[in-house]
Amino acid sequence: MSELNTSAQATPVQLNRAAEWQRATEEPEWVRRSLIGIALAFLSAFLILPLLVVLVGAFEQGLGVWYAAVTEPDARSAIRLTLLVVAIVVPINVVFGVTVAWAVAKFEFHGKPFLISLIDMPFAISPVVVGLIFVILFGSQGWLGNWLSAHDLQIIFAVPGIVVVIAFGTMPFIARELIPLMQEQGKQEEEASLTLGASGLKTFWYVTLPNVKWGLIYGIILCNARAMGEFGAVAIVSGRIRGETNTMPLHIEVLYNEYMFTAAFAVSSILTGLALVTIAIKSTVEWLEQRTGVTA
Amino acid sequence: MTTLAPSSFLRSSRSRNVIPGFGITMGFSLLYITFLFLIPVGGLLLFTMTQSWDQFWRAISHPQVVASYRLSFGASLIGATINLVFGLLVSWVLVRYQFPFKRLVDALIDLPFALPTAVAGIALVTLYASTGWVGQYFHVYGIRIAYTQIGVVIALTYIGLPFVVRTVQPVLEDLESELEEASAALGASRLTTIRRVILPALMPALLTGYALAFARALGEYGSVVFISGNLPYLTEITPLLIVAKAEQYDYQGAAAIGTVMLLAAFVMLLVINGLQWWSTRRFSH
Amino acid sequence: MSTLTTRFKHLTALGLVALSLGAFSAQAQTVNLLNVSYDPTRELYREYNEWFAQQWRDEHGQSVNIRQSHGGSGSQARSVIDGLDADVVTLALAYDVDALRQRADLIPADWQERLPGNSSPYTSTIVLLVRAGNPKNIQDWDDLVRDDVQVITPNPKTSGGARWNYLAAWGYALEEYGSEEAAFEFVEKVFANVPVLDPAARGATNTFVQRGIGDVFISWENEAFLAVEQLGRGQFEIVVPSVSILAEPPVTVVDANVDRKGTRAVAEAYLEGLYTDDAQRLAGKHFYRPSNPDIAAEFSDQFPDVNFFGIDDVFGGWDKAQNDHFNDGGHFDTILENIARNR
Repeated sequence: MSELNTSAQATPVQLNRAAEWQRATEEPEWVRRSLIGIALAFLSAFLILPLLVVLVGAFEQGLGVWYAAVTEPDARSAIRLTLLVVAIVVPINVVFGVTVAWAVAKFEFHGKPFLISLIDMPFAISPVVVGLIFVILFGSQGWLGNWLSAHDLQIIFAVPGIVVVIAFGTMPFIARELIPLMQEQGKQEEEASLTLGASGLKTFWYVTLPNVKWGLIYGIILCNARAMGEFGAVAIVSGRIRGETNTMPLHIEVLYNEYMFTAAFAVSSILTGLALVTIAIKSTVEWLEQRTGVTA
Repeated sequence: MTTLAPSSFLRSSRSRNVIPGFGITMGFSLLYITFLFLIPVGGLLLFTMTQSWDQFWRAISHPQVVASYRLSFGASLIGATINLVFGLLVSWVLVRYQFPFKRLVDALIDLPFALPTAVAGIALVTLYASTGWVGQYFHVYGIRIAYTQIGVVIALTYIGLPFVVRTVQPVLEDLESELEEASAALGASRLTTIRRVILPALMPALLTGYALAFARALGEYGSVVFISGNLPYLTEITPLLIVAKAEQYDYQGAAAIGTVMLLAAFVMLLVINGLQWWSTRRFSH
Repeated sequence: MSTLTTRFKHLTALGLVALSLGAFSAQAQTVNLLNVSYDPTRELYREYNEWFAQQWRDEHGQSVNIRQSHGGSGSQARSVIDGLDADVVTLALAYDVDALRQRADLIPADWQERLPGNSSPYTSTIVLLVRAGNPKNIQDWDDLVRDDVQVITPNPKTSGGARWNYLAAWGYALEEYGSEEAAFEFVEKVFANVPVLDPAARGATNTFVQRGIGDVFISWENEAFLAVEQLGRGQFEIVVPSVSILAEPPVTVVDANVDRKGTRAVAEAYLEGLYTDDAQRLAGKHFYRPSNPDIAAEFSDQFPDVNFFGIDDVFGGWDKAQNDHFNDGGHFDTILENIARNR
């Protein structure tokens, strides 16, 4: 695009041809402006206004109230629990995402669409059904209920249950980021590396991983955000014990149901803020990467 | 379901492939999917089958349940379609054009992921209720958004918004401009280039995003219950009915309806993923 | 002699060990109690738990840590049935508590006779909450079927409070118009005026109070007071209908759980404590009607006289009411079908 713009400083004939060329590869100014306008209007209505609702709700009574709401013991325990769950779920998902993407992207086999659909399924399954499934399995009236209580094991209404439903719900995120990326990049580079004698692991580490690094990071961010925000399934298996099995989204609901709207929005603003910070980091790193890439 | 995947079904055509690790990566993936997904979901299906066919049929074909399917599928389709159109537009604008605060806007696309769905529901109803920031202007013209089917569509559009953008955006970034230039040099108009060169290249990504947005919307619960009126036969989504059944200790009814949702979603995902796989192959040839 | 002394020595040693163990456990061990309750009791139990912990420490030198869980009454009962480790449940209606017996055999059949007043330490009723100045002039149940009135109530299928709402309206119509058919028609007309049917009571309160939807909110009396006193001073008024239902939210120890955990003593003391004068006053303070008539008299200014009818007299108990009205294929399902057809 930039070459086209520089070529426009030339003789009238060339100018004319350049303009024609531009007409064929770019949209006219008014089209661009209106497209940008429409896109931004859509995003304002759907993204920026809800964000403002949360932020205004969180801070309208001042920083002091916000701080009190997020440091109150039940809020702190909800934050701790959420972070614990994320620390377990995200690494598992990284391993799963990378391995399944490798298998799907680098090999041809029958039933590939079937497998990809399987990975997609947790998206489509209502969180409510996910909760139901694990109650049917692990509940004391459930299939494993007697065995679990005989061994004094508590899965649902305790941390393990929360971890399992969140792992279920976030299963597709990293895999789904990596698969198209690795498919698109093909396997020539890996084949070259392997023919030159590098081991499989080395090839993965030095050839594949750098190529999909941003997809992986992006997948981790999504998985992380989703794990923190999961609501419907956790609501069914948590038991809602204050200060114990309430994750941040459940705690937000509790606060809302106690008519403590400012506190509810304050805790929401932490989740939103965390997401914004990670995304900001991602953008900055990406931008730095691009700049070094250009100068190199 | 597991019987569909005997070992020969998932075998790599290894003869032409020097890349190692198929066995271990596929093995681990299948193990993980089996334990976390197939066994629990199989448990649900088995549990559903403990009831008689009559009982099952009554549970899933009650008029109130059928009305909820209509709403859930209809609103999810509309939401995903809105996202298809605007998602393409937004990713196009983000990749091809320059404007102030572009990076910020880009980052904000992920918000619907980050906001817990319950919070999203509360925020949306605050905006679109007839007393809300936005809703009041519609209220003047007698249009109600919150607590109607429009409200359900808005919530489902919101939660599906990032999917199309985030699947289309990277493909659009990687799309080589030579193709467009070649098309232009061959005398194609801009519209023809978009229609014949750019759109086909984006097709797999668009379909994927559409499938994901649709699938996500179908199961959504947390945000919808806040903005929907939850009236049976009118604004009651299927996941809410499932919760209602479970809370009346009717696990079999809940599992029956859950199974229907599960199978429907799986079939649609299979179809769309098949389409995508087909168009990828077609495009790469 | 020598054998006797050695035996004595052994005994003393054993005794010392037992004593020290006892002292150790009494001092260092904190006993944990889990109270699984429904939504509107949050504020009451927050205060009661502090009071009880103090009492127990003073009397037994042991600290007790009371954990709370709140949610819709039905979904809370479901969690306990599925294995939530509740020592006591304090739910919205006897049907949900009885489910613990019917579906999981966690409590004995006579659970409701174990504590006074059908095991309900406090009672409540169903009232009508309207906007300030009562712009639609709503005076009684009859006004709820008017064409120009929008009614807010949660869904009786999922909300315990809404079941009380529904039965209160039904009971009124039965008394006023004399037949089951008339009562059915009346309740159908009420629900035809409902624009939003929240799954739980607290959500419905938010719809009416925060979103400004509806002209009248059928509500627990205690929730109505909370809205008037705390959520929007001067924005709402309570209208007491000519007759209403006596709502008895019952409590019980969950026998299977306390016996396994060895917490029966403290759990029983916890529930019995609810009947003490202090706790009864706390209930009154949080807008529940104390079951002790003397304490109730202290709050007579707060609670207007209502002509009550009971669930047993009019509906033949919860099992029958649930079966006739709320189970699949019951009257409420038919009402919903009719409304959908006429819409």
